[in-house]
Parts: sequence; C-alpha cells; structure tokens
Amino acid sequence: MFDFLEGYDLLGAFWVTVQLAVYSALGSLIWGTLLAGMKVSPVPLMRGFATAYVNVIRNIPLTVIIVFSSLGLFQTLNIQLGASDFTDINFRLAVLALVVYTSAFVCEALRSGINTVPVGQAEAARALGLSFTQVLRLIILPQAFRSVVNPLANVLIALTKNTTVAAAIGVAEAAYLMKGMIEKEAQLILISAVFAFGFICLTLPTGLILGWVSKKVAVKR
Amino acid sequence: MTSVLYDAQGPRAKQRNIVYTVLFLLVAAAVVWWVYDGLAAKHQLDWIKWKPFFTSSQPWQTYIWPGLQNTLKAAAFALVIALPLGALFGIGRLSDHRWVRMPAGVVVEFFRAIPVLILMITANAAYSEYTTISSDSRPMYAVVTGLVLYNASVLAEIVRAGIQSLPNGQTDAAKAIGMRKGQTMLYVLLPQSVTAMLPAIVSQIVVIVKDTALGGAVLTFPELLASVRPMSANYGANTIACFTIVALIYIVVNFALTSFAGWLEGRLRRGKKSTGAAPAGGLETIGAPALIIDDGRAV
Repeated sequence: MFDFLEGYDLLGAFWVTVQLAVYSALGSLIWGTLLAGMKVSPVPLMRGFATAYVNVIRNIPLTVIIVFSSLGLFQTLNIQLGASDFTDINFRLAVLALVVYTSAFVCEALRSGINTVPVGQAEAARALGLSFTQVLRLIILPQAFRSVVNPLANVLIALTKNTTVAAAIGVAEAAYLMKGMIEKEAQLILISAVFAFGFICLTLPTGLILGWVSKKVAVKR
Repeated sequence: MTSVLYDAQGPRAKQRNIVYTVLFLLVAAAVVWWVYDGLAAKHQLDWIKWKPFFTSSQPWQTYIWPGLQNTLKAAAFALVIALPLGALFGIGRLSDHRWVRMPAGVVVEFFRAIPVLILMITANAAYSEYTTISSDSRPMYAVVTGLVLYNASVLAEIVRAGIQSLPNGQTDAAKAIGMRKGQTMLYVLLPQSVTAMLPAIVSQIVVIVKDTALGGAVLTFPELLASVRPMSANYGANTIACFTIVALIYIVVNFALTSFAGWLEGRLRRGKKSTGAAPAGGLETIGAPALIIDDGRAV
C-alpha cells in the first residue's frame, strides 16, 4: 500500500523541516527577546524602532519575505550568507527570512508576558536601586518567560508549519517533496495523508509537551 | 510616557539615554549605509528602475491592480465560506452530544495542525484529478479551498472561545425562562458573543490576506506577489523596487485591517460592560481567549 514511498527520502525531507524549525526558533527567540527589550526600554528611539519593526513585519506575508530573500537578496544583491552551494544558500536564506518574520510574533508574545508581571515586582526592584537592564534581566523577563510558554509554543507550532513556505524557494523540505511526489505518483490522497500525518507528529507533541511545561513553570498568583 | 520598568529620568539618566540614542543611531546609520551601498552597487536605486511606478499607470494597471484584485477576491471568498463553516464547527464542539462534539473536535484539530500550503497543494492536485475545472482557474479554487479548510478551523476556535467567554448566568437565565438549547444559542449566546469575537475575526482576515500569497509563490495563482516576476522582467530587473511596492501594498491593506481590529476592540471593551463578555483576544492580560485563538500566525 505504501510502496509509492520507495525512492523518496521522506525522513530526510522532514529532517530538513525540523532543522529549519529549530534554527529559526533559536534565532527568532534571541532577536525577538532583544526586540521586546527595546520595546519597553527608556530610549524612545529604540521603542519606536521595535514598534515599527513589529508593525511592518506582521503585516507582510511570510511568503513575500521568503521569496524576497531569494529573488532580492540572493539573485539581485548576491548575498550568500557564507554558503557556497545552492542548497546551503537557500536553506540559510529561508532561516533568515523565518527569523525576521517569527521574531515579530515572539516580541509580541513576550511583551504581553511582561504585562502580566505585577507592577509591584518592578516597583520593588526599582526600590532596591536596580537599573533598567537589571530590572528586565533579573526580575521581569524570568517571570515573563514563565508565563508565555504557551503563547511561545503556539508561535513555535506556527513556525513549524510555516517552514513549508520555504518550498517556494526550493528548499527540499516536506512540502517541496510532497509537491514533487504528487506530480509523479498517482496516490494523491495517500501522499497527502502521509505528509499531513508527518506534520501532526511534529506539531501535536510540541503543543502537548509545552502545554505541560507551561503549567509546570507558570507563576502561581 | 512613564513605565513601571524604570524611574522618572533625572539629568544623568537623560544623558545616558542620549548616549544610547546616538549609539543606536550610529548602528542604524551603518546598516542603512550598508544596504544603500549594496543596492547602489547593483544599480537597484537608479531612477530608471523606480520611474515606472511614479510616472506611468502602466505597471499599476497591467500588473499590480489585477494581482491585488485576485488577492482580495481569494481572501473574500475564503472568508465568506469559512465564517459559517467555522461557526458551525465551533458550536458543534460545544454540543452536549458526544457524537457531534467529537467529530467536530477532530476535524478542527486536524486542519489546525497541518500547514495551509499542504492543504493548497492537495486541493490543487485533487481538482486537476477529479474535476473539470479549467487549469486557468484551478489555482484560485485550490487557494480558496486551502484557506477555507484552515481558517474555518481557526474561526471555529474563535467562536468557541467567544461563546465560552460569556458568563454562565446567560445560559442559566435562558434555561430559566424555558428556552430550548437551540434557542439559547441562537437568541442569547451567539448575538452577544459576536461582538466579543469580532476583533479576533478581523485579525484573522489579515492572516487570510497574507496566506493568499502562498498561492502565488507555489501554485501559479496570479495574485499580488506573483506579479513581481513579470513586472521586474518587463521593467529591467527592478526586483527591489517591485518588492518594495508590493510589500507596501500588503502593509497598507493589512495595517488598515489591524487598526480596524484594534479600534473595534477598544470600542467594544468600552461599550458592552454589562454582559461581562471580555472581547476575545484582548491584550490587557494574556488570558485564555488570546491563547486559544491565536494560532501563532495570527498573534
């Protein structure tokens, strides 16, 4: 029944999907945290920059950013991100685009997490004489992170699904393989079911595990 | 603006802020210069590459407007079909009957868990295999189908969260005056929760508009993003200019929708205090509705 899978590297394709998701998740967690820090900082210019960044990126389709990274960055401006062959270049461009896009949502999630930290915490920290960076680093962000595990899990799930958009610039991940298989093989429904199952295997446990983690680490108030 | 995160600024803090601002400006200027230099070196900033957009209506008439029309058309179709479907499944998940609740839950969770692109590719192949829809209009059908399946399941969650956000007293009162379950839903719960759901629904429209671009990139659906390639080929490889214009159009359309959602949310929160229904997706606290609804993409 599943012999149509022969000759296709199904696991390899999903492995690329996982790699895309993991690298982009790490990148956008770092960049998104920096953005969130800027967004609540006392420097007006940084606040303005973070707000503008989030508003602009949130309103552009991810597809536009990814296609731009290939057509604009690579083919027009010849930016290769330190890679030499096409596979690597496209992969890194896709990660870059996913980071640029996803970090806007990470920033928003974190900022709403910062809002859940009671005012008294920040006031107490300031009363101790901590500076803004200390308040943020030692008091606010640790508590904020604990309360946004669930929203961040949602962002991670969306990111995992969004990696399929990298197929638009020829990164050989799951959706790309699926498109190729559908063109050549006859078992349309079966192929789709296999790939759908693959994604459910990736997204469902993420949601369950992180949902459990979020309950574990949530700050009881 | 005062914040709880830092004290009111004295002279030293103000000076420090100025230093940070200058440093930030320097970094920003360096980045801008690097980008400018890169663009200029590849002749992407030459006036001739940008001229068509400002001096003639031809690129707008031939490429952008038809593309934008297709984008909006697909999004509108998807919304109009997904909304009732979503309401149906959302209410289905709240049913008292297990045999209604379970299948509705499985369908919703299934379509929420798989990427919309997979749905679109499958729909495209299915239409070419099993129907006689012409190959010209097939991408449109496929895009709308994919969007409907995915967004109906997201909207179902929005509807469910909206109805659940109503206080129990509403259902109790309806029962007390002898309403049946259907009547309670139709006359008491739905009308009140619609106002609570509206902002979340409007922000979901942004997601729909953004996802139409997938069709252009992968399924040869002639929408706004797909107009970039022929356009830049026609006007002398002005890729950067074309992308800038197209991205700006997306930003304008979606920013208008986002602002509308924000305005609606503020208005509803001010207005309807009496029902106790918190507008779904409110940002004041990171409470449950926002978590249930946003699927990451919509955040």
